[in-house]
Amino acid sequence: MECRTALEHSRALKGKEYSSVELTRALLEHSQSCADLNAFITLTSEQALKQASHADRLIAKGEGGPLTGIPLVHKDLFCTKDVRTTCGSRILDNFISPYDATLVERLQQAGMVMLGKANMDEFAMGSSTENSYYGPTRNPWNHERVPGGSSGGSAAVVAARLAPVATGTDTGGSIRQPAALCGLSGIKPSYGRVSRYGMVAFASSLDQGGIMALTSEDCAYVLQAMSGFDEKDSTSINQPVPDYANSLSDSIAGKAVGLPKEFFTDGVDEEVAEAIRESISVLEGLGARMVEIDLPNSAAGIPCYYVLAPAEASSNLARFDGVRYGHRTFEYTDIIEMYEATRSEGFGPEVKRRLLIGAYVLSIGYFEAYYVKAQKLRRLIADDFSRAFEKCDVIVGPTTPTTAFPIGLKTDDPVQMYLNDVFTNSANLAGLPAMSIPAGFDRQGLPIGLHLIGKYLDETTILNVAHQYQLNTDWHQRIPEGYA
Amino acid sequence: MMQWEPVIGLEVHVQLMTDSKLFSGAPIAYGAHANHQACPVSIALPGVLPVMNLEAARLAVRFGLAIGAKVEKRSVFERKNYFYPDLPKGYQISQYKHPVVSGGSLTIETGTGDRVIGITRAHLEEDAGKSVHENFHGMTGIDFNRAGTPLLEIVSEPDMRSAEEAVAYLKKLHALVRYFEVSDGNMQEGSFRCDANVSIRPKGNPELGTRTELKNINSFRFVEKAINFEIERQIDVLEDGGMIIQETRLYDSERDETRSMRSKEDAQDYRYFPDPDLPEMILDDEFIEEVRANLPELPNHRKSRYEQEFSLSPPVAEKLLRDRDTADFFERVCERSRSDPKTIANWINGELTALLNERNIEISDSPVDSDRFTALLDHMADKTLSGKMAKEVLMHLANDPSDVDAIIESKGFRQITDSSEIERVVGEVLDANAPQVRQYREGNQKVFGYLMGQVMKATDGKADPGQVNQILRNLLE
Amino acid sequence: MSLSPDQIQQLARLVRLKFTESEADDLSEQLNDIISMVEQMNQIDTRHIQPMSHPQDMRLRLRKDIVTEKDRHKEFQSGAPATDSGLYLVPRVVE
Repeated sequence: MECRTALEHSRALKGKEYSSVELTRALLEHSQSCADLNAFITLTSEQALKQASHADRLIAKGEGGPLTGIPLVHKDLFCTKDVRTTCGSRILDNFISPYDATLVERLQQAGMVMLGKANMDEFAMGSSTENSYYGPTRNPWNHERVPGGSSGGSAAVVAARLAPVATGTDTGGSIRQPAALCGLSGIKPSYGRVSRYGMVAFASSLDQGGIMALTSEDCAYVLQAMSGFDEKDSTSINQPVPDYANSLSDSIAGKAVGLPKEFFTDGVDEEVAEAIRESISVLEGLGARMVEIDLPNSAAGIPCYYVLAPAEASSNLARFDGVRYGHRTFEYTDIIEMYEATRSEGFGPEVKRRLLIGAYVLSIGYFEAYYVKAQKLRRLIADDFSRAFEKCDVIVGPTTPTTAFPIGLKTDDPVQMYLNDVFTNSANLAGLPAMSIPAGFDRQGLPIGLHLIGKYLDETTILNVAHQYQLNTDWHQRIPEGYA
Repeated sequence: MMQWEPVIGLEVHVQLMTDSKLFSGAPIAYGAHANHQACPVSIALPGVLPVMNLEAARLAVRFGLAIGAKVEKRSVFERKNYFYPDLPKGYQISQYKHPVVSGGSLTIETGTGDRVIGITRAHLEEDAGKSVHENFHGMTGIDFNRAGTPLLEIVSEPDMRSAEEAVAYLKKLHALVRYFEVSDGNMQEGSFRCDANVSIRPKGNPELGTRTELKNINSFRFVEKAINFEIERQIDVLEDGGMIIQETRLYDSERDETRSMRSKEDAQDYRYFPDPDLPEMILDDEFIEEVRANLPELPNHRKSRYEQEFSLSPPVAEKLLRDRDTADFFERVCERSRSDPKTIANWINGELTALLNERNIEISDSPVDSDRFTALLDHMADKTLSGKMAKEVLMHLANDPSDVDAIIESKGFRQITDSSEIERVVGEVLDANAPQVRQYREGNQKVFGYLMGQVMKATDGKADPGQVNQILRNLLE
Repeated sequence: MSLSPDQIQQLARLVRLKFTESEADDLSEQLNDIISMVEQMNQIDTRHIQPMSHPQDMRLRLRKDIVTEKDRHKEFQSGAPATDSGLYLVPRVVE
């Protein structure tokens, strides 16, 4: 029963095959037995069982929707009332939020049951979940490999079938890259589609909440429940959310699929490239039309991103000063010392690097050359997409240049680590919806992800294409050994 | 002796008259218990986000229109990054490169005529919290109630040439923000705070000298003293062959001096950048025109209208326009009263103002509303009351909610205007004062006043003095 | 451009971090790698391009001026490092 998708669970709960409490208990036990993955920062067994029995009552009365009673795990970046929210950081090790993030509230409203909070790179800065105060998370497909990041805990949870779905956040690829590396479907919707209220900010103009699941169909249902206007977020879009599930079964015949030549370069591992080429023929077999497109400035994505994201982060993380909540150093004689010791103890090395870079690119004398330059490139990159989408409905390519890499391999080389985002971060820069779905395995049995980028506010098309692809492939049904 | 010319520019922080904070729904009432108004946004909990207050935007636009400035359709909130315990997010949200208001002016009256003071810009920003330096075992307490309070920072050009001009500008600005209900202007509560940039240069030299910024000058009197002190200090430094250091100085009102704020570290680098949580503020024409349509009549228009329409002298009109409620009160009375506008104005500026000052209240809280005030003046116009009686009736009205007629009736304040009655009393007084009557008829004009007094005394002051005068003269001749 | 260990210390002061000399040396190397990567930006001509601050050109939504927040300071302060009489305590700050 643990290996089922959310919608399969939903049917089973309605059919009284098992109860939400039974399912929840089974998954919690499973999670405890898989502690070696280090996928969780906090398990919330007690609350989970309470929520599950509430869901069971609703189901018994014939109330509740498709997600009622379905367990999930939240990335530990989302604030959860009365449950600790650490962001993978020592500085928030003791932080208990007095409120729920909008996303958390909405999924709870939908009847979902929170099993716990997933491990992550500290403040979502990283691509391997090695930058967590709580230690690295392991990839269920190979324990010596990283699960990707920053939402690596969430990805490991779903890949190991500890929960059918998990939330994540994606600033430069933090949902799609771990989804790819763990063989999952993961979607980052358009910027503004999902409220950022209660999602602890890393880079506010790039951050977007989303979901990882076993199928794109599950993604569609959960995304539906978490999306929509929120007056507490000034960047939330006040637009109706389309019925995603409604369009999943549409034919994709005639859809124009854009293939940017910039995404098929030498930098991509040959096995990955091969799997993507095969995926493209699957789409062609479904009647989609392939169109060559240009994204001439895509090479600027990484440098642009690694200016803008640290700049925003250096400001966003200033509130962690030991004055009102979170960690405060034990010994200090004056305020400056308190700040410096608190923050130096509280933050890990990657966060510190980004705070310094962020301060640098915003400082007097460098602001124009770095920050403003990057903002201009951002526009060029966004404009490239606008032009490309005049010719196609969806853009595809590999999610990552390689499959999951060994734990420890890139920790001493930040630039190599940053290159993991090479295909993903431009969608964040342009605010576009994007998704990764399983598209094969390399010879070492590690999953490969197919990347789909949609037009602004058009999650519908990428979910539709992904679902049609999954009806004709079975990569998404593979289960890592030992987790069946 | 070198002639020095001071150059002064002012930065005024005005607290906007909203109910809630600039970026959250927390209240901004003055005097609340510590941190009782510190909502999640005010204490910068992880994950919370700012949402801009519409009324603050409206008040900023209103101010811009009031000073004839350009209201920018596009303005941008930026982050000013620095660490201070009263700054919860580690940055202040403020408008920097693109303020909502730019390029206006205020005209001030000086001894040498009118001067136009340029207003460079006015921008929206949030206030910080407050440090409480009581004894908490050697620690400082932080209250975030004030954090996030909406402010409009109004920056003048360096157009003022003396402390007196600076004060005149501030007073004018203070009256204006109150008149337009942009701010309550309460200086004790910190709703109107001033920083001054002061430099000096040899008279006639077009180049600006090095300036210092004076902080913490929060009354008109201190502004004048602080600036004058600083001008003298700079002259002394330069005349001793020294140099002015660009720095922030704190005014100490107890010692009447400015002193350098110890700069704790190297020059600040605020690393401004557009706040990614807040898209650009776009104000369309419709919004700006709506604000304009609801603007009260500009004080200058109103003043010249008073001078022309009501033949008021400029100082009398100016005094009525000290705040909008007073001017509105005046116009309400004018509309309904039979009295002439000059009398109405003099009574408002004189008797009524004295009454309000005595009780230290605003005209909006006056115990005598415009209806009763109109009735009072009308009874004076129709001679039911003498001026002296009207003053007494006003005192009664201040303590008694009854209408004017009832008070006149119950206290017997009716002026005697029946000429036969007056003639009767005058006759009696003349009979009783034969020696004085004789003196008068022998040419001693001074006795007339005495006889007048006797008649008024005999009528308990209720006789119409004009009539008494007339009748007394007739009977004596 | 490259960053010296001294510059690292200056930046550290801005973001309130503290590093030992050897940490600053290591960081200087890592950050210079990052900066040279970032400077690939200069290969692209961006004259006449408007900077972009938000992923889509949005306009600010304005909220009605209504008080919606209630006093919850006790709850908020329950996890605070140091408080007294409703105030958050910090080492003495003198102006």
